Parts: sequence; structure tokens; C-alpha cells
Amino acid sequence: MAQLTPDKIKSIVATDCGSTTTKAILIEEVDGVFRLISRGEAPTTVEAPFEDVTIGVRNAVREIEELVGKSFLQESEERGVMTPRKDPKTGVDAYLSTSSAGGGLQMMVAGVVKNMTAESAERAALGAGAIVMDAIAINDGRQPYQKIQRIRQLRPDMILVSGGIDGGTITHVAELAELISAAEPRPRLGIGFNLPIIFAGNKDARTYMKEILGEKTDLRIVDNLRPVLEQEVLGPARHEIHNLFMEHVMAQAPGYNKLMKWADAPIMPTPGAVGLIIESTAKQENMSVVGVDIGGATTDVFSVFQEKFNRTVSANLGMSYSICNVLTEAGVDNIMRWVPFDIDTADLRNRIRNKMIRPTTIPQTMEDLIIEQALAREALRLAFEHHKSLAVGLRGVQQVRDISQTFDQKGTGDTLVNVMDLGMIVGSGGVLSHAPRRIQSVMMMLDAFQPEGVTELTVDSIFMTPQLGVLSTIHPKAANDVFQRDCLVRLGTAVAPVGTAKEGEACVTVVAHLPNGKTVEKAVAYGSIDAIEFPEGEAQIEIKPARNFDVGAGRGQTMSTKVRGGLGGIIIDGRGRQSMFLPADTQNRIRKLLEWYKSLDVYPMDILEQYMNK
Amino acid sequence: MAHAYTPGLKVTESTLVVKRRRLPILGEVLVKKGDVVTPGTIVARTQIPGDPQTVNISSKLGLEADEVPEVMLKKEGDAIKKGEVIALKKSFFGLFKSSVESPIDGTIDNISAITGQITLRGPAIPVEIQAYVPGKIVEVIDREGVVVETPAALIQGIFGVGGERQGTLQMVAKDPGEVLSGDKITPDMKGKVIVGGSLVTADAIKKASDLGVTGIVAGGIIDRDLIEFLGYDIGVAITGQEDINLTIILTEGFGQIRMADKTFNLLKDLNGSVASINGATQIRAGVMRPEVIVSLKNLKQDKGLQHGDEGGGMTIGTPIRIIREPYFGKLATVAELPPELTVIESGTKARVLVAELKDGSRVVVPRANVELIED
Repeated sequence: MAQLTPDKIKSIVATDCGSTTTKAILIEEVDGVFRLISRGEAPTTVEAPFEDVTIGVRNAVREIEELVGKSFLQESEERGVMTPRKDPKTGVDAYLSTSSAGGGLQMMVAGVVKNMTAESAERAALGAGAIVMDAIAINDGRQPYQKIQRIRQLRPDMILVSGGIDGGTITHVAELAELISAAEPRPRLGIGFNLPIIFAGNKDARTYMKEILGEKTDLRIVDNLRPVLEQEVLGPARHEIHNLFMEHVMAQAPGYNKLMKWADAPIMPTPGAVGLIIESTAKQENMSVVGVDIGGATTDVFSVFQEKFNRTVSANLGMSYSICNVLTEAGVDNIMRWVPFDIDTADLRNRIRNKMIRPTTIPQTMEDLIIEQALAREALRLAFEHHKSLAVGLRGVQQVRDISQTFDQKGTGDTLVNVMDLGMIVGSGGVLSHAPRRIQSVMMMLDAFQPEGVTELTVDSIFMTPQLGVLSTIHPKAANDVFQRDCLVRLGTAVAPVGTAKEGEACVTVVAHLPNGKTVEKAVAYGSIDAIEFPEGEAQIEIKPARNFDVGAGRGQTMSTKVRGGLGGIIIDGRGRQSMFLPADTQNRIRKLLEWYKSLDVYPMDILEQYMNK
Repeated sequence: MAHAYTPGLKVTESTLVVKRRRLPILGEVLVKKGDVVTPGTIVARTQIPGDPQTVNISSKLGLEADEVPEVMLKKEGDAIKKGEVIALKKSFFGLFKSSVESPIDGTIDNISAITGQITLRGPAIPVEIQAYVPGKIVEVIDREGVVVETPAALIQGIFGVGGERQGTLQMVAKDPGEVLSGDKITPDMKGKVIVGGSLVTADAIKKASDLGVTGIVAGGIIDRDLIEFLGYDIGVAITGQEDINLTIILTEGFGQIRMADKTFNLLKDLNGSVASINGATQIRAGVMRPEVIVSLKNLKQDKGLQHGDEGGGMTIGTPIRIIREPYFGKLATVAELPPELTVIESGTKARVLVAELKDGSRVVVPRANVELIED
């Protein structure tokens, strides 16, 4: 892997090898600014009969070659993208890749105390882009034999073991090591290899770890991720996870040895790369950000609140392979509450199952689209709930309280997610990025995340955040240029007051001073939703909530702020929050859904009426 | 966009079926290249270390962890019997004794002076891999397994539950639209793989299971009936490990859906032959579909091996099945393949085709919503 100098990079090809599709993008510098020039995709070829990921990579890059009339691939199938660029029509300056193919990175974590070191280890693994299959802790309520059996069954790619602050418990850490040793765990890939174990716990326990696990496993030792209770240091553990991902997981996966040689920077797990972009967006915009990627099998949620980054994976909430799990977890009633017509429950269930077994089909009828988007709302809502429960402050930390907090004592470990503080949502995944009308994505995100106050809504146009994430490690400017100009589709800004009233009573008035010099004023009643058209640019707005409503400045307090426009404009959501206004009886619920969908032109009303009269 | 449609499931009277049979961990391969095997032939074997169990000696005997090795009557690696005393503490000049007995038969795996725990290990668990299909060993993967090859008739289903089994195929339905209900299941079907038409009902599954039927192949199933039979809901499309005594293979999907004529007719041709079946379905990454395999050797009349094409593209006249609403389950042929993107009712811009249904009417469907009926 050659050392790259950012100044010399003017063109980049980056790929993301997903479990079904390999996506390639071409980025070039145009007049001092990096732009997305073209994209190509091809089926991923990790599995039989091909069993070589590079075939899919070459096919995806070839599609770009055909589209732009340039050549990037070396002739030999054994070799990859030509770097550096020879002339404007031959080669690029850097080739990069991310990967989640073959099931991505699957890990187990272990810690002494469930809510403390085990939780920190889980955050480290998730942040590095892994799916956490299980978290073992001394106090997790399971018998030792149950934990051993679990470790034996799961066959993870690696295990991250933490436990004990520096100078703290050794016995319990050794106990964890003995459990792992007894299980004789085997890695998922590479039948003759030892399982990689990362120890990031009490430094005084290292000798014992070596004694117990040194011979049986591929043991790596890094700095303690919880050296003291009040501090979490996840960097060294995450770094080692990435190293092992390259050395072990990637090296065992079909064709990755070649791909690793082709790439000019280490291959990153796809979610790890997306996390980098979300973190840098939060930093740049100086706001709290939630990112979500809803895929066929899993939904990833990323957030930055109080400058702390968190990622969670809801491994069984997705829009195709695991869509039946959304049905099971959410229940039919929760799905149907977003559907403005009646449908036979048995028919609905069979339809969802048929989507599971034929995941590449697309909704042809409006009825199917509405059902699919209702399922997406519920999958996103459940994934966000899961995220809130894991994105918490450090537990076990003593807090200094003053006298004023005597009656307001909150335990540590509260969720960091505060939707009133949320500045931006970045959505991606087919159902959000490719909704036939962009306003449908707005509604799905509003209903699922229920943002409060003022929140900008965006989607990733073609899901290129993974490639931009890995690019940001070698060329942050190029990654940011493309992210801002070509990746993010700005859908608008939501204004959502928190409070309740009777349907139709005053809720909020928004006065927007638009960039074209016009001033628009709109009042929205409780239980309704409306929008001010404002496709692009920035506008100064005054938000005047009614007496019982709060948009972030306190109940009834007017707030003045600058907002960005988008395809949906300024969306004024008067449906209250905590819990959202939605009538319980079918007739009234359908009446309100139709009112909202009509108000924002979410679905064509003439087609909707056909289904209602059916 | 060369693959903008779902490649169809294989339904072919003769193809070369190649099965890779691998152990979960390294072991011993018991056959050689060129050997002829039957479905029950054990091709590879290994021993998985026995189930471990920890016993906290220090807490049981009230000792410090580092005192534990001194009270152990057995060393690491020693064999132990259930009830045998393995640790003994004497106090007051041997006047008082307290001991710990082994809870299992096995060996002492580890004695820890750090935690005061010992790890006991039960007897090793043998794991054997069978050939699953009758055929010839064409490759031996050193210490891992083998590749078995057989010319066979192959029918892939769309979804299934239950693992690998063998049984004689018996047609129950007389036509592909017939419902396989409980009253059609008879005791002579024990050990057989029975074939229904458009649907298998809840009472049919229950009766088949009670009578010891090996497998059921049918067009569709009602989702509730499957959940009821399994006793739990399937959330994710990964199956094959269910703890059930028969394998169910659906050729079309959920709901009552007439089995494709081609599938039904081939199964009819195979009636009376011994089939290897597997319900395992995994739709994510590396799609695995359930299957019915009948080795050509098991056929009454030998059919020559035809190397069918590997599912080429879609052209005018290609037989297809529509796999999503509003024409779900309908069989058709491709009538037109317009190259331009078309806006469909849902508002999505998609590549479409015009399909001619059996009744002669023509409908527009996204190419993603059809599958080829492949040879």
C-alpha cells in the first residue's frame, strides 16, 4: 500500500462490496472542487459459484468505464484499478474500498459487569462496524455453562474482552478468560485458524490472559477501554478490531487478499466508514446528528449527541430478508396505523412473507408501496428505540450534585439521545433514498424518529456514504465536497412543537423570510401538518408556538433561527409529540392520515381513493 | 441492469448436482476420490470437544483461589466419574473433611489458581457427515470433507423448513391446483415425500407429522399454519434447523398458489423414485433454496443427462411467473421488452416488460417482479 499525498489526488475510484451489490463511484476534482462523476454497480461475487469478490468489483468499475469512456482497470483479471492516473483518460490517483459482504464483521464481546465494561466493549465493537452477536458478562444472569455453550454456538469472527479498571479486579477477568478457553471457540472463517481475541481490560490481568488464552487463541492485547470508571477510551480497541478485520476476516474471505493489495488504504467495514461521515458531519455542522441506514436485513443507527458518537445495529430489522421480524416485533396494528385503507390481515401477512422470500421485487401498486413504507416506519422506529437504549452515558460513575439537584436525581446511564436537541437526520437505504416522491421519505422519518423542535431532514442520494467514509481517512476535503454537493439530498427542515391540545386548536405559527425576499406566514393547528415551499437556500424563521407548546425555547416561547430549505420546504408538524397525535379509532385515523397525505401531497389522492373504495 | 429480474428456480429433469459436504471443524475424511456413495454413507467424521462445565471449588470449600490446586485429588487431563470425589479439604488435623463430587463423567480440563474454578469436560461428541445424495466422490478436501456429484433431476422450491431427509416421492394431488388437506393423508405415506398442489393445510401437516411422513412438497402455505406447526414465528429468512420431524418445501410461496405445471409434471414423472430433500432456505448472501433431488440412478427409466443452459437472458416468448401484486402467482410469457424506464402505479420509475397472461390479456410489470421458469 503506497503512501498517498492528498495534494496529488485528483481522481478516485471507491467501491463498497455489500452482501448483494458492489457499488463503485468515480470522484474527480473539477475546478478545485471534488464531484461525483459517475457510478456503477454489479452483483457481489463473494459466494459460489464465483467465490472471488474482485470479479464484482471489476464489473462495477467496468460499468463506470463504459459510462464515462475512460479506462481504469488493468488488463489482467488478477490486477485491479490502475493507480496513479497516467493521463486524464487512464487510471485514477487512488482506489479505496469498504466491505460488508459475507455477513460483515461479526463479534462477541465480554466484560466483567454487564452495564459497565461489557457495555463499553459493545460500544467499541459497534463503533468499529461490527454486528455484536452477544455480550457476555460475569453478572449477566446466565450460568457459566450457558455462557460457554453460547460462545461455542456462535462462531464469531473475533471476541473483544474487557473487564476491570486498571488496578481493579483480576479474578473476574481471569474467569472470563477461562469461560472462553473452556468453550474452545472456532472462528467463522478459516477452519484451521485460531480465533482472534482482543483483550482491552485491566492491565494487571494481562499475564493471566496470556497464560489462559495465549496458546489456544490468537490473543492481542491493547490499552484498557475503561482504565478508570469515569473514562471510556475506545480508540485502541477499535483500531485493533480494524487491523484484525483486515488480517483475519478479510484475508479469509474469497478474493479479499487480492482486493487488499489493490486498495490504497485499508478496507473498512461498511458501517465503520458510514460512522466516520456522521461523526464529521456533526462536528462540521456543530449539531447533534442521527444517521440511519435501513437495509434488507439490518438497520444501522448512528448518532452524535453531546459530542459522543454511538452506533447500533438492529440485526433483524430490515426491509426484505428480515421483514417478517418487523411484522412480529411491531405487530399488525402498528403497521396498519399508517395505512389509510383496510386490508385483510391474513392477506397482509402472506404478502409480507412473499416479500421476504423474493427480496428483489418492488412495489408495483400504490397499495403495496404504502404498506412497504408503513413497515419502514415501524422498522425505523424500533431501531431508533434500540439505539436510545444503548446510546447512554457511562454507568457506574459517581456524580457530583449540588443542592438544587437533590430532588432531581437521575441515575447515570441515561440515554444521550435528546430529540429536541437533534439538528439533522441523514437517511439512507433503498426505501428512503429511492422513494418515488421525496416527501414520502420526509413522512417516514418524521413518523419514525419523531424529531422535536427544529430538525433538518436529508437522505443519501445513492448510498455512497461508505465510500466517502473511507475516503475521509485519506482526503477529508474530497469526501466532504462530494458529501455536501452530490451525496446529501436536502429534503427540508421540520418544525415540530411538543405539547398537546384538542384537535384543531392553535399549535404553532411560522413566519419565514425566504431568500427570494418574500415573507410567508403559516399557522398550523394541533393534529395537522403543512409546509412552506422553500426548495433551496437558507431562510430566517420565527416560530411562535401556542401557550402549551415548546419548540426548544420553552413553552409558548418564540424562537428565531436560520433553516435550510429542501424539496419538502419547511414542514410544520403540528401533531404534537411524546405521543404523537393519531386517533385510535379506524375511521378517524384514516380521516387524519388522508388529511396529512393530501396536505403534503405524499401520495396521489386519485389512486388512493380507488383503494379506499375497494 | 443485465439482471433486473429474479433468476428463476431450477426445475429440471436432468442436471449435474454437485454437493460440498464439510465438517464444522477439522476431522477425518472416510472416503476416497472415485468412491461411489449412497445418501447414508458417512463421508467424514470428527469429534467435537465435550460440553465443558465449571465448578467453583474455592467457594464450595471456603478456600482462597490459590489453595485450590492443593486440595484437588485429580490432575488436569484425568478421567472422572459422576459422583466421584475430586477435591477434598481436611481441617482440625483431618478431623473434619469437606469434599466436592464430580457432577459429570468426563475429564478435568483445567484447574485455576487464579479464580479457584475448575473446568470439567464431558465426553467428546462425535459428528458425522453423510453423503446426502447418491453419487460419486469427485474431490476430497483434506480433513474437511468431500464433493459428491450425481446426475439428477432437481426441483428448487422457494421456501422450506426442516433439514435433509430421504424418502420415496408419492403424488397425492391429481392436479396442480388441488389442496392437500388432512383427509388425503393416509398411514401408507409413512416415510414418503408427498406432493400436493396449490396449498398444504394445517390439518394435513399435523396428520403427516403424526403419521411419520418424511416430507411435503406443495405450492403454498398459509403463514399462520406454518407458525402454528413450528410453534414460533419465522422472522428472518434462514431456515433448515427447525426441530420438526418432517421437511416442508413450498414451490411458489405464501398463500394458496397453484403449483407451476412444469414443477408438478416433473414431480409426477418422478413419482415412486427415492428423493433427497432439504428445506433449508437462506435468502441473504449466497441464496440457498430448498430442494428435491432425485438421482438419475434412482429413476425407473434412465434419462440421458442434458446439460441445460445456465439461465440465459429474457427474450420475447420466455415463460415467466409474476411474483408480486397485483398479478402475484400468475404465469405468463414475455410479450414485449421496452428498453425505456416506465413510471408504474406506485410512482416508481422501473424497467418493465409486457407479459401475456394465460387468458391472452397483456399486462405491464416491473422486470424485478418476474422470475424465469428455468430449465
